Amino acid sequence: MLLREVEYARPASVEEAISLLSEHDGARALAGGQTLVNVMKARAASPDLLVDLADLDELRTISFSADQSAIELGAMVTNTQVIGSSEVEVARPILAEVAATIADVQIRNRGTIGGNVCVNDPTNHYPPLLAALGASFTIRGVSGERTVSADEFFLGVYLTAVAEGELLTKILVPTRKPGTGDAMAGITVGAHGTYLVNAAATVGPAGPRIVIGCVSAVPVRAVGMEKQLAAGDLAEATVRAAATGLGAALDPPSDVHATADYRRHLAEVSAVRAVLQAAERAKG
Amino acid sequence: MNVSATSTHRTISVEINGITHERDVPASLLLVHFLRDDLDLTGTHIGCDTGSCGACTVQLGGHAIKSCCMLAVQADGSSITTVEGLASEDGELTPLQRSFHEHHALQCGYCTPGMLMSATALLEQNPHPSEHEVKVALQGNLCRCTGYWNIIEAIVATGEGGAR
Repeated sequence: MLLREVEYARPASVEEAISLLSEHDGARALAGGQTLVNVMKARAASPDLLVDLADLDELRTISFSADQSAIELGAMVTNTQVIGSSEVEVARPILAEVAATIADVQIRNRGTIGGNVCVNDPTNHYPPLLAALGASFTIRGVSGERTVSADEFFLGVYLTAVAEGELLTKILVPTRKPGTGDAMAGITVGAHGTYLVNAAATVGPAGPRIVIGCVSAVPVRAVGMEKQLAAGDLAEATVRAAATGLGAALDPPSDVHATADYRRHLAEVSAVRAVLQAAERAKG
Repeated sequence: MNVSATSTHRTISVEINGITHERDVPASLLLVHFLRDDLDLTGTHIGCDTGSCGACTVQLGGHAIKSCCMLAVQADGSSITTVEGLASEDGELTPLQRSFHEHHALQCGYCTPGMLMSATALLEQNPHPSEHEVKVALQGNLCRCTGYWNIIEAIVATGEGGAR
């Protein structure tokens, strides 16, 4: 398919990229392009300027924060990098486990974690997972840098806290503490297709965090279920009881793949599976 | 600060199958169109043009990628291998290509370039893949003729040194 004519720039530094993004109306950052190039083909997006981040090596690193409390993933880190990273394996292996289930090899080789979260398609893998893990997001603009939580980052369908003229530079994920377990469960269209509904959970001494994906414009915390499980009893019957009524509180979309009611049901099923698996892993 | 110029065109330099090509291309040009229309490398096929079928798979810097999901300008400065780059100059096939022949791993042949490029990348990283590992590596490649079995057998056999 032929694309509409577009301006292109390939900055050599993050500062230059931010200048380009802030000085041009209709400018958009281009990461791996695995979503953006296809939506441009469909004319669902028609940016006037693509600011290609390909040469910004500082956005391609995976490292530990100075106090070792978090792993820092540059926005241009590919899914394949996440899967093969020894830092991720030590700090938060669920990231690699989930990255390996995104699309297919070719798309994982190009697609980036920053692109995935900035698109914020409600069916994407990383948004609910990063919300459950308590990740934070560093956004840089002309006036400086700020770091926001997942609750503040995901704002709507295809909409995040990254404003015009700004760039997501890195994602910070707390390292896994002893006695903590993470899991993600869900139902997909086909073995590795788009999620109908998913749930990400982390359990540990700080109590459970449970986040449901695909049921709203942004990832949804299952606050009621978290409260019922806060005492730490994660036996199967307790978890199932805590999930009851979770679906009724949701307002998911209906489409050709699943009705809203079916998604409400799957939200409870997915939450139970994710919490039970996370609890199993928390035992070590 | 010196902000780089923006332009609807860019002169790119890409090494393809060992030969460096320098061309002025529109920023809107897909890599697959650059390969097929500008360089006449028509072995790389366009199937779905949506990133689903994998017929357009090439290797970029040693990784399998879909050339319909990438702009030609994004490939500036990189090294690409297409299906034309597999066999030697005198036409001698690679063990994988011979194995596809011997196992009847194609029927209409439309998906074959993409299958070969995905499988070549797999074998470079994992010279002796299991059947399961082959299936995972081919998730992004669709075939509507073979039912996949002969393709999987051809790749597993190559890893086992079974291709003569």
